[in-house]
Amino acid sequence: MTEVSDHAAAPGPDHTDPVLKVHNLRKYFPVKSSGLLQRTLANVQAVDGVSFEIPQGSALGLVGESGCGKSTTGRLITRLHEPTSGSIEFEGRDMAKLKRRELLPLRREVQMIFQDPYSSLNPRHTVGAIIGTPLEVHNVVPKKKVLERVRELLEVVGLNPEHYNRYPSEFSGGQRQRIGIARALALQPKLLVADEPVSALDVSIQAQVVNLLQDVQKEFGIAFLFIAHDLAVVRHFCPEIAVMYLGKIVEIADRETLYNRPHHPYTQALLSAVPDVKQAAVGGRRDRIMLEGDVPSPINPPSGCRFRTRCSLAKEICAKVEPPLLQIGKRHKVACHFPGELGKHPETPITSRLLGVDESGNPDPGATPSPDLSDGPGFADTWVDLDRRTVAHG
Amino acid sequence: MLGYIVRRLLAALLVVIITSMAVFALFYKAIPNPAGPVCAAQGRCTADRLALIEESMGLNEPITTQYGKFVKGVFVGRDVPFGSSTYECDAPCFGISYGTRQPVTDQLVKAYPATLTLALGGATIYLTFGVTLGVLAARARGTIWDRGLVGFSLVISSIPYYLFALLAWIFLTLRTNIFPDTEYQPITQGVLPWIGAMLLPWLVLGIAQSTQYARFSRGEMLETLGEDYIRSASAKGVPRNKVIFKHALRAAIVPVVTIFGLDFAALLAGTVFTEKIFGIDGVGLLALDSVIETPMDLPVINATVMLAAAMVVLANLVVDILYGYLDPRVRIG
Amino acid sequence: MTDLSTTPSLDDGAETSTTPYLEVNTLTVRFPTHDGLVQAVTDLSYSVQRGQTLGIVGESGSGKSVSSMAILGLHDLRSTRLEGSIKVGGQEIIGAGQSIMRPIRGADVAMIFQDPLTALHPFFSIGAQIIEAYRIHHKVSKSTAKKKAIEMLDLVGIPQARSRVDDYPHQFSGGMRQRAMIAMALVNDPKLLIADEPTTALDVTVQAQILDLLQELQREFNSAIIMITHDLGVVAEMADEVLVMYGGRAVENGPTREILTHPEMPYTWGLLSSVPDVSADTDARLIPIPGNPPSLLNPPTGCAFHPRCTHVDKVPGELCANQLPELLPGSHGTGHTKRCHLSNPEEIYAMEILPAIAPDRLPGTGDPVEGVAGTTTEEGR
Repeated sequence: MTEVSDHAAAPGPDHTDPVLKVHNLRKYFPVKSSGLLQRTLANVQAVDGVSFEIPQGSALGLVGESGCGKSTTGRLITRLHEPTSGSIEFEGRDMAKLKRRELLPLRREVQMIFQDPYSSLNPRHTVGAIIGTPLEVHNVVPKKKVLERVRELLEVVGLNPEHYNRYPSEFSGGQRQRIGIARALALQPKLLVADEPVSALDVSIQAQVVNLLQDVQKEFGIAFLFIAHDLAVVRHFCPEIAVMYLGKIVEIADRETLYNRPHHPYTQALLSAVPDVKQAAVGGRRDRIMLEGDVPSPINPPSGCRFRTRCSLAKEICAKVEPPLLQIGKRHKVACHFPGELGKHPETPITSRLLGVDESGNPDPGATPSPDLSDGPGFADTWVDLDRRTVAHG
Repeated sequence: MLGYIVRRLLAALLVVIITSMAVFALFYKAIPNPAGPVCAAQGRCTADRLALIEESMGLNEPITTQYGKFVKGVFVGRDVPFGSSTYECDAPCFGISYGTRQPVTDQLVKAYPATLTLALGGATIYLTFGVTLGVLAARARGTIWDRGLVGFSLVISSIPYYLFALLAWIFLTLRTNIFPDTEYQPITQGVLPWIGAMLLPWLVLGIAQSTQYARFSRGEMLETLGEDYIRSASAKGVPRNKVIFKHALRAAIVPVVTIFGLDFAALLAGTVFTEKIFGIDGVGLLALDSVIETPMDLPVINATVMLAAAMVVLANLVVDILYGYLDPRVRIG
Repeated sequence: MTDLSTTPSLDDGAETSTTPYLEVNTLTVRFPTHDGLVQAVTDLSYSVQRGQTLGIVGESGSGKSVSSMAILGLHDLRSTRLEGSIKVGGQEIIGAGQSIMRPIRGADVAMIFQDPLTALHPFFSIGAQIIEAYRIHHKVSKSTAKKKAIEMLDLVGIPQARSRVDDYPHQFSGGMRQRAMIAMALVNDPKLLIADEPTTALDVTVQAQILDLLQELQREFNSAIIMITHDLGVVAEMADEVLVMYGGRAVENGPTREILTHPEMPYTWGLLSSVPDVSADTDARLIPIPGNPPSLLNPPTGCAFHPRCTHVDKVPGELCANQLPELLPGSHGTGHTKRCHLSNPEEIYAMEILPAIAPDRLPGTGDPVEGVAGTTTEEGR
């Protein structure tokens, strides 16, 4: 425990080296034909070119609706899925290219917490075995000390240390999620991927688990990739949040910017859809941006911008050219041709000159694509100033 | 859909071919030399004479050659030398029985109607009887009826089938004549005698198997009755009996059909105990005789095993196609 | 038929605006099990008028779904003990036979469930299921019923309803399935619609669509809605009245605005403070409700919430542990009742709870109706 707390970094975006850098990550699930010769008929583009980084001891939130690829991203980072392409750099080593055996030591450092505390714990193993097995597999502590360590961990997550020989069925949902957290903490990871860690729990229990996660984050300096559909919980937990839509990040920003001045029309619609308790003071429902229809199929996503089929701002260019994830603020990137605060979206695409096309998205022989368009995982020191349409410096 | 069936049929054919090879290989050396009795029948059997007979029967050839001849016989027919004489065997030829010296195909064709009759009658009884009892038990869950039925079915299941069948035959036919003598009569000799002579075997087979179906469909029904969509149906105002027999049974029947397909395939391949006890000259009895005879009747064994394999893969195919119709989520394209 | 349609029906008359369509009185639901008697709902009373929405809030095991199942008589009577009274349009439900229940189920009272994938039969087409619901209560031909089904699917916003009516549930997306479920529930113009967590399994943008749809349809059909949910945000925007349940009992009840702005029961406080808000201060810690939901086999003595309540010490003696507080009028607003021994809940809420959960709502600070995405609401009801 002591060796971990040594490098407890202050949470929040800062300029320490990121613990995780994900660059252009892709995962295509092939759709196979039946029969002996399984031809690949199509690909489900579950995750299609996602880049982000997580500073040490900080937390990045990944939000979006079902099927947007947020859970697949989490599973790629823990290598429960093999990435199709792209890199996952953990402390400078690219995990995406490692073989299973080379991966083992890194598996210690990246752990996962699952959504369903009922199915993610083996009902036939005692809690002691569930938490102790990773300790034995990775030879973290001598065999004799395993039990002692299990008890310590149970205490950390707020369970009675004497309950190590009980079975998961003897615990409530919230307590099981604590067991899952203890198992993840056993190897003293540097990064925890939490996939909807509270959404299966009762409301009164959710807060207990969120608080516990915040405590272990502070105490052990663990970085989090926090995947959830609950926008309020993500906002509460993560200083930085990425919004995904159909396998791509459409907007990524610090929480202040993302929740107060979102620039992507999807983020704006998503945020306005959340029912608000405070509305009780006025009664009725508040005005919101309604999205028509359903999310298109990830097998055959729309051309250009994937959100355009449901977007009220969509123009010709949106069908022709995919908007790059453009940095428009110190810690703010957005993938939209017409980014702007609600009601202040520009009339003409801000991206056309950068992409070397005219305003309706046709190739413009007079313009040259800007070489500055970086799709790197982090934030640059310069960005596009939306108001003046020039490059600004941080 | 057609392409799917063709592909599955080809795969089924492959399974049957591999089975025939395996049977061939398995019995090639294991079976007592069929040339022995032929040789002995002709008087004093010397080693030279035995070798000569073996050669004339083609038994000294390598297994691949023998198998090749067998395959040729299946498709175009062949002449089978046996001892001093040669038998003509038309396609599809599965060889000449060592025992009867008749083409195996003729024997199968002769035995099959009995097996088919037994299988159809028995299966109809156990499917309808078993599923109906299972559904009724599920409907009356927890009551004395439910418990009684489950208990009764466990008792029947725990009696060995051959004992159950033997007792039924002894007490219902031999001692009391409640049922007429059991045997297979072609339906062409009258429907009533056909039914009469098969009634007891059908009932015995049907009741013995139905207990298992009753328990299985009861379990499936109980699981289905706990589903949300059953609650939805009740909430719509669907009367209880319609909820059970339309909504719940529709979903619960799917796994039952799967099991039924495989069981039925086994019946089509011949039922040894039933045919033996009730004296029905079917495929099961044919297979049994071919094994206990000396020397073992390899061509008959081979043919009955291939038949069983063919029935099982065919039944699997039928079940899979049926699945597509029963469960719209598994539409086969 | 013609006679009825020309004379104003009693149900639609002015009378219904004052008499509740649904009246639940001292309802108790218990299930005998091998381990003992599960006290799912105890002494519960509430009522809903047509055109109004009641939100029932609580956690798993609070009894919120059990009470609504009882309205449709969906419990297996062999394993359920029901006491008290449920009146639907004046008709007593408890102890009523099938002949009385069947015309009520699906016609007067319809229900939509949390997970539309499991609530629709996977082997029957969407159309067939709606047609069945219609034909149980209307003697019409299949083709007439199919026209009605298409009309309903169209009404709830299913594109190309005519061709999609023959689709199976698995061919619909989650949101479309819930729309189809709503179409099925509304096909007989029910006077009361029970929605059991109708949007919990859906994404937020789809949830917004479905909630909109429900409100639109409620205006059109003037139906009463019971909205069972754990999401106070949904309640705030949808419900006229709120019933908070804990351990099978009502613990707080009243107009939504009252309950959510001046809650007087510590469990309601707990619900409000344990859920982060999209505009709340992120440095603040969430204030969870300690412990776990109560066992319904051996409910706690006294107030069922007392083992988890952080305000027990403000009540003299061992009152909370020994005596069940009665459901009494609160100190603020009309029609507000609460089940709590605290003598000064308003003061505690203002001094201890409000500063922690919504500092911006303290008197004299900011505009409380500022929306998250910069939108403000002009439209009230």
